[in-house]
Amino acid sequence: MLKIDHLSTSYRTIDGKVHVVNNLDFTIRDNEIFGIAGESGCGKSTLLKAIYDIVEFPLEIDSGRVILSGEKDGRPFSCESGEIRKTWWNHISYIPQAAQSVLNPITRLKAQFLDSVPEKIRERESDQHILRQVGQYLEELDLSPDLLNAFPFQLSGGMRQRVIIALATFLSPNVVLADEPTTALDVVVQRGILMMLMRLQKQLKNTIVLVSHDMGVHYQVTGRMAIMYSGSFVELGKTEDIFRSPIHPYTTMLIGALPRVGDRGQKIGIPGQPPALTDPPSGCRFAPRCPEATERCRCEVPAFREVKPGRFVACHM
Amino acid sequence: MGQTFLELKGVTKIFRIGGILRGKKLVAVDNVSLAMDSDEPTILSVVGESGCGKSTLCRMILRMYKPDEGDIVLDGHSYSNPKEYNPRQFRMEVQPIFQNPYESFSARKKVDTYLFNTALRLGIAKDHREAEQRIDETLRSVGMSLPSVRDKYPTQFSGGELQRISIARALITRPKLIVADEPVAAIDASMKMNIVNLFRQLKDQYHVSFLYITHDLSTAYYVSDFIATLYRGCLVEYGPAREIMEDPAHPYTELLMNAVPRVGDKWKEEMAMPDTEDKEYALSACKFAPRCPYATEECREKQPEMTNPGKSRKVACWHPLIS
Repeated sequence: MLKIDHLSTSYRTIDGKVHVVNNLDFTIRDNEIFGIAGESGCGKSTLLKAIYDIVEFPLEIDSGRVILSGEKDGRPFSCESGEIRKTWWNHISYIPQAAQSVLNPITRLKAQFLDSVPEKIRERESDQHILRQVGQYLEELDLSPDLLNAFPFQLSGGMRQRVIIALATFLSPNVVLADEPTTALDVVVQRGILMMLMRLQKQLKNTIVLVSHDMGVHYQVTGRMAIMYSGSFVELGKTEDIFRSPIHPYTTMLIGALPRVGDRGQKIGIPGQPPALTDPPSGCRFAPRCPEATERCRCEVPAFREVKPGRFVACHM
Repeated sequence: MGQTFLELKGVTKIFRIGGILRGKKLVAVDNVSLAMDSDEPTILSVVGESGCGKSTLCRMILRMYKPDEGDIVLDGHSYSNPKEYNPRQFRMEVQPIFQNPYESFSARKKVDTYLFNTALRLGIAKDHREAEQRIDETLRSVGMSLPSVRDKYPTQFSGGELQRISIARALITRPKLIVADEPVAAIDASMKMNIVNLFRQLKDQYHVSFLYITHDLSTAYYVSDFIATLYRGCLVEYGPAREIMEDPAHPYTELLMNAVPRVGDKWKEEMAMPDTEDKEYALSACKFAPRCPYATEECREKQPEMTNPGKSRKVACWHPLIS
C-alpha cells in the first residue's frame, strides 16, 4: 500500500519557491492499477519523483510524507520518505519517462540486469545463476533470453521499453511506478506494452501507478484514476465511473475532447493554457479556463471532498 | 476526378544499411502511387506504424530525398526534370510542419526571426512593415498574434503554442500543400484537438491541402478526407476516410484501428507485435502475411495486386475484408 500523507513539494528557483504538488492526500491500494492523468506541467512527474524518493535539489518536500507498506516473501514491511530509497527494485521500482534512453547504449543488457540486483542477493548467488533466472523471466514475458547479450542500441524503441519493464519487475516489487511508458511509441507497440503491464500486474498481484496524458490509455488499463491539474488532484475515483459520469468540468472536457471512430462531429479542445505554477491564480486554478466558473470559484479554493463513497472531487459546483 | 495537383507515380526509395561490401538493401518506400486533386482542398492522411516509410514518403514530397524509382509530379512539374524545378516557387507552394515543435525552432533564436525570414527571403513582403502585417494576419488565423510572439524564445511557449506558430510560419507563403509529419504526436492530449481543428479551419480559409502523416488513427479519421495506409513501405489501402475507418478492407488497417486506446470498448485479445521488421521488408510476398490472422498459402507466396473493391477504394490484399 502506498499512502501519500498531506504531501507538498516545491522547486527552489532564483525567483523563490515554486509549489508543484499541493497538499495531496490519498492512498493507492495493493493489487490495483492506479492512473494519474493530466497535462504537461501539472506536476505528475514531480509527484512520482517524491513517491520514489528522488528528492534532490532543487526539489524539496515542504510537508507531509509518503508511506510504503506491504508484505514481501511473507515478511511485512513499512517505510517512509527517506527510507524508500533503500528498497528500490525490491519493494518499489520506477519506469522513467523517455525510458528508451535510460539504458546505457554501450553496455550489454546482462550487465545492466546484474546492476539492478541488490548486493545481498549477489553475495549469495553466482552471476550465472542470476542470469539464468533473468533469462527464464524474459521468456515468461515472451522476450528472447538472447537479448541479454545484446546492446541497447541494437533494439527498437518498443523492444527497449519491454526490456526496461522486465528489468523493473524482475524482483517482483510491490509497487511499480510507470511515467508515460508509451509516449513516443506508435499505437500498435503501445498496445503491446500496455497489455504486457496488465498481464504482469495480474501475475504479481502488485500495484502499478501509471502516469499518462492519454485518457484512452487510462480507460483501457487502470482500475482507479486521478485527474491532476496544476499541482492538485481535481477528481479521483473508479475509472469506469469517471468516464461514465465525470463531475469536474476539467474531466468532462478531457473526455469530450477524445476523438472517436464513428463520430466526426466537431470536438473542441480545452481552450487556454494551464496556469504558470510560478504565479497561480487565486481560488480554483481551473477557473480561468472553466466555462462554468463563478465569482466564488475565482476567490475560494475548492476543497477536495468525498462526494460519493470512493469518489473525490475538488469543485464548488 | 478533376485535375491532379500532386501525383506519386510508382515511387520507390531504397536505403543501404551496413557496410559498402556487406550492406543490405532496405526498400523504405515500395512502388507507391497516390494522387491528390486540385479542385477542392483535401486532407490526405498517411497512416502506419513506425518504420512503415511514411516519413520517407513525406521527405520525398518535400524534395529532401530523391526517389530511386518512379516520379512525383506537382502541379504539372515533374521532380525528375531539373528544368522544371524552381526552388522559390516550390517553397511557396509546399511547406512542412514537423513532429517536435521544440526541435523545429532553435532554442537560441527568437521565434519571430523564423517568421520574418520566411516572409522576407521568399519575397512575399517587400519591407519589414509589410512583413509584419502579413505575419500578424497569419498568426491571428491560428489563434495567436504578432505582439504575443515578438521577441520571445521558444522556451517561453508551450508545445501547443509552438506548433501553432510553426503552422503559421508554413502558412505565410499561402502554400497549396502543407506536409505535416506527425504534428500532434508530441503534444498533450488536451491540445491535440485544437491543432487538428485548426487544419480543418485552415483548409477552408486558405484553400490549402494537407498531407497529414500520423500513426494515430482516431485523429486521422476525425480530420481527413482520404486515408492511405502504408505497411513496410507498401501502400496497402487507400480511400475515403469514412469508408476506410468504418469498414476497413485490409487486415492491417483493421489491426491499426484496434490498437487505438478507445473509450467505450475494452481491449480483449492480444495483438501481433512487429518483431521481424527487416525480414518483412525483404519479403517478396504480402509483407503483412506473418502477422495477418487471415493469411493463407497464397499470401505467403505472391505479392497482392492493387484491386478496387467498392469502387472508391484501392486495396492490396488477396482476401480483402469487404467484397
